[in-house]
Amino acid sequence: MESLVAYLWIIPALPLAAAALGSVTPRGSRRIAAGAAIAAMVGALVVSCLALRVALADPSAHLFYNFRWFDLGNGAVALGWLLDPLNAFMCVMVSLVGLLIFIFSLGYMDADENFTRFFCFLSLFAAAMLCVVVANSLLLLFIGWELVGLASYLLIGFWFERPAAAAAAKKAFITTRIGDLGFLLGLVWLYDTTGSLLLYDGGNGVLESHVLGDLTTQVLAGGLAASTAIGLLIFCGAVGKSGQFPLHVWLPDAMEGPTPVSALIHAATMVAAGVFLIARIFPLVSADLGLATAPVHVLTVVAGIGAITAFMGAAIAVAQYDLKRILAFSTVSQLGYMMLALGVGSWVAAIFHLLTHAFFKALLFLGAGSVIHAAHHEQDIRSLGGLRAPMRVTYVTFAVGMLALAGFPFVFSGFWSKEAILHAASEWDVSRLPLYAGLAGVVLTAFYMTRLLCEVFWGRPRSPAAAHAHESPAVMTVPLVVLAIGAFALGFLGTPAWPWLQSKLTGREVPARPLLEGGALMALSIVLVAIGLGAGWALYGRRLRAAAGVDDPLAAAAPRLFAFLRARMKLDELYAATVGRLNTLGAALAVVLDRWVWGGAVGLIARFGEFTGSVNREVDEGGLNAGFDSISERIRGAGRAYSRAQTGEAHGYLRTLAVAFVVLALLVLLGGGR
Amino acid sequence: MSSVPLLSLIIFVPWIGALLLASLPRLGAPASRLLALVFSLSTIVLALAALGSFDCASTGYQFVERHGWVGALNSNYHLGMDGLSLLLVLLTGLLAPACLLASWRGIQDPRLFGLLFLILQGAALGVFLALDFFHWFIFWELSLIPAYLLIKLWGGPGAANAAYQFVIYTIGGSAFLLLGFVAIYAATGTLDFVRLASLAADGTLGARLASLGSFWPQAVFLGVFLGFAVKVPLFPFHTWLPPAYAEAPTGVSMFLTGVMSKMGVYGFLRLLWPLFPGPLHAAAVPLVWLALGGAVLGAYAAMRQTDLKRMIAYSSVNHVSYCLLALFAVSAATGRSGLTSEAAAAALSGTLLQMFNHGLSAGALFYCVGVLEARAGGRRGLGDFGGVQTVAPVFAGLCGIAMFSSLGLPGLNGFIGEFLIFRGVWGLVPWAAAVACLGLFATAFFLITFWQRVFHGPRAGAGAGEFPDLAPLDITVLSPLVAMMFILGVLPQLLTGLYNPLITMWANHLSLP
Repeated sequence: MESLVAYLWIIPALPLAAAALGSVTPRGSRRIAAGAAIAAMVGALVVSCLALRVALADPSAHLFYNFRWFDLGNGAVALGWLLDPLNAFMCVMVSLVGLLIFIFSLGYMDADENFTRFFCFLSLFAAAMLCVVVANSLLLLFIGWELVGLASYLLIGFWFERPAAAAAAKKAFITTRIGDLGFLLGLVWLYDTTGSLLLYDGGNGVLESHVLGDLTTQVLAGGLAASTAIGLLIFCGAVGKSGQFPLHVWLPDAMEGPTPVSALIHAATMVAAGVFLIARIFPLVSADLGLATAPVHVLTVVAGIGAITAFMGAAIAVAQYDLKRILAFSTVSQLGYMMLALGVGSWVAAIFHLLTHAFFKALLFLGAGSVIHAAHHEQDIRSLGGLRAPMRVTYVTFAVGMLALAGFPFVFSGFWSKEAILHAASEWDVSRLPLYAGLAGVVLTAFYMTRLLCEVFWGRPRSPAAAHAHESPAVMTVPLVVLAIGAFALGFLGTPAWPWLQSKLTGREVPARPLLEGGALMALSIVLVAIGLGAGWALYGRRLRAAAGVDDPLAAAAPRLFAFLRARMKLDELYAATVGRLNTLGAALAVVLDRWVWGGAVGLIARFGEFTGSVNREVDEGGLNAGFDSISERIRGAGRAYSRAQTGEAHGYLRTLAVAFVVLALLVLLGGGR
Repeated sequence: MSSVPLLSLIIFVPWIGALLLASLPRLGAPASRLLALVFSLSTIVLALAALGSFDCASTGYQFVERHGWVGALNSNYHLGMDGLSLLLVLLTGLLAPACLLASWRGIQDPRLFGLLFLILQGAALGVFLALDFFHWFIFWELSLIPAYLLIKLWGGPGAANAAYQFVIYTIGGSAFLLLGFVAIYAATGTLDFVRLASLAADGTLGARLASLGSFWPQAVFLGVFLGFAVKVPLFPFHTWLPPAYAEAPTGVSMFLTGVMSKMGVYGFLRLLWPLFPGPLHAAAVPLVWLALGGAVLGAYAAMRQTDLKRMIAYSSVNHVSYCLLALFAVSAATGRSGLTSEAAAAALSGTLLQMFNHGLSAGALFYCVGVLEARAGGRRGLGDFGGVQTVAPVFAGLCGIAMFSSLGLPGLNGFIGEFLIFRGVWGLVPWAAAVACLGLFATAFFLITFWQRVFHGPRAGAGAGEFPDLAPLDITVLSPLVAMMFILGVLPQLLTGLYNPLITMWANHLSLP
């Protein structure tokens, strides 16, 4: 079975083949496109489960299969597949959650005329993410990474006739691309230093000890180790993809895509990629921890960014009215928790939360999709309400997802994975701030999720769309139920009393601790959850919203703060005023340089050429040419034309070249002097 | 060596086609088009034949033809093909028929068009295969005249000026090139590239030029440099390019950017770098700045263009600048202690890939703009369209692939060349790679903006009216290019295998005389 690793490419190749098939399927052949996509995901899931079995047989092993991609110089560029518990769990999660989202889409997108194209893009998305997961080469990982970006661009902009969707797609692509450029530089730096981008390669991979040792001993200016600089650059990519501050701005806009796409982006693919990446290369980003003199450690930065994002996302989510936007900011916040966990050194807690979050966030987004589908695309929570009775299954499953996200104690998975993160943060000896940010986020999360649930499902319908809502078809509710089971059960794989997941991920037996060890912290967080739930109930549940136009109780209490949070802390405006303007200025400068400086020089010299040319012509025609008047009319005409060519800009351009020549000569002299 | 003069055939079969067209003045339009296409297709057929018997492991010239020619100048008719030439011949073979097909309709007097185009094609091939300056320079200059006429006679309203500026600027550059080689001949008595390269490698060339006067080595270098810098073009010698590319008819724009800009890069690789390693090294740091100027400012200038053809033209400035950036970085780092040949090999391999890939993607993008222009009755402004994807999904799909290839999306061809260039430049001149990232960002920005304005959004402008999707002819032109983007994106070995031994040798023998 160990030879399975050589065939790991099948996992991404199946959905990729489905995407290829979908791209040539005519618009009318819906069954073929959707059937191929779903069959491919089932296949990927089966192979992933086999792979997980192989990986769990020896959890400490990193099985890999490398091959030459193309020749380069004396060597070659190699790619490869990797199999260990980390990516096997990811494969199963991505293909399972992806499959459920695909099935849900059958119902959700039923009325869309571009149904076929939708499944083609969904398959591409899943294929790209699975490629990221199985890669044993950072180069291959980057290829999948960028294809994830492409697929998200295509899907966010799926309803491209809407200007908002087109703008959101562009924003997502460009914003993540900024981070990706850092990633790219990190890659080429790593490649240049180590001569390889393979993760594991029998001792020569970049995650293996002697290569890491080299990276930490190379010290740059300022005492920075090469591994620190490379780690930070690669982390830029994760910041972009995983919606971390300051590049999180694309993620809330990404909800312009159809809701299953949001579920896929926020749960199984895309945003998970950044967290996975840092967990994958954890040996590299943590290599500098041993350097006491280092001015900064990669993980410190990761923890800081994660803490900021966790708190900021939760705070902004409190003041949003759009159902999907609230969920989007909750994703930003939860991803912050995962980064925080990575930063404080517990990549296992991060992956645990990534897996549980994938289930309950997919559940919440699909639940939101079910609501939106039923309420004729009404997604303003002020205009919804009263959906509890008509949408029983959606309500119950959504409530499960909400409680899991809020971290309701003991029975929900989100509680255990969040506890793991807080526990790790409390043991971090660099700073307490991440822990405090995390705890503050706990209150806010419980609060805004309660607000969401009360506004959407309780009370009376506040719009005709909400009043006429009825339960979605089974093809949509069954995935909800399956995900809800995951949102319950998954937490029990990693409780302190039975740390099965932790043991398998790390490849060594993690000792079981009493279930309630660290009871003070756990008690504190339970109290905080209770405060959040209670405050949410007091403000939104006890006194239900009467009509769509009534002010939010928080807006009435603190209008300026609410407005600030509602405007997403004005970060979009800040970027437009700074980065955006700088970009426009750069473009304007380039054009001005082109038109007036280079073009101007050419023009100026052309004028000068014209002038000397006309002097020439006067001399020629007045003096020399007088004798040739007897030559036939035809030849003279041709001669004039020729002389015009000679007197016009021709000289000018030649002179421009001469000037450029001189300038260049100066440059050479200056350069040569260096 | 086979007895068939394969390389001569590659060069002259298109010219025979041109001759035929010239001698059949009464040939009808359809027959003229067909005849031109058939002769244009000869290149890819013969190039594939060459590929079949090409020894990829060898770094020397193959299929060499060498006959005495102008005895007085000690000049020979000398042709040869190595991995670099083969790559460019393949590119020409792939693009030229596409260019002719792009000019299938809406061209007045297709006989004359085909005639001129075949002359251009043969001349470009001659440049890639000739190994003696005398006839190399004839090919080099001969390519200008048909290009000039093609732009002027079939171009847009501003074509006369653009063509004029193009030809004068380029001839001006060539004049310096010619003067440089006159001096070289005076110093060495030979015009053979192979011989000159070996003279340069052991320092004889520099010493002989210096014996004419201490000023000469630098001056000759600058002269030769200028000829190529204008042709590529290297920033800031690029001001002729946007009008020329924008005003030329679609098929000619494709050829100009796909093949003719590569003649300049080829000149840098084949002549300037091997003949003047010392002066190039001395000038390399400022030249890296100029290449960065092209890569970054070219992309930023593209962001502000409202004429789509000018936008793609500026994006070409950006893309070819990466090729030169890599070469200059290699030259800048030559002789540095601790230099590893891996970085140089990556940079050079990236340069060659980028040349080929840019030919594919820019050619396809120019074609797509041509499609837009034809559908919109001659308009091609950024604001003249909207929602085209709704009405022409097939067109949007193929154009989208070309666009993503151009912005370097992994999985398509453009990525690998750019990745290798960045990987190489990082190892040679790290700060330059960091600055060049701005160009990558700006490229993504303007291409995605182009997409948003033209293909996305509600139907507007020309997209709101009658806008038929691609015709079979359009698909015939685009599909081979798009197919190559996929194939090379997944299997770059198909190309790197052809030239890797060659660039490995270059990278392993970096030295200053």
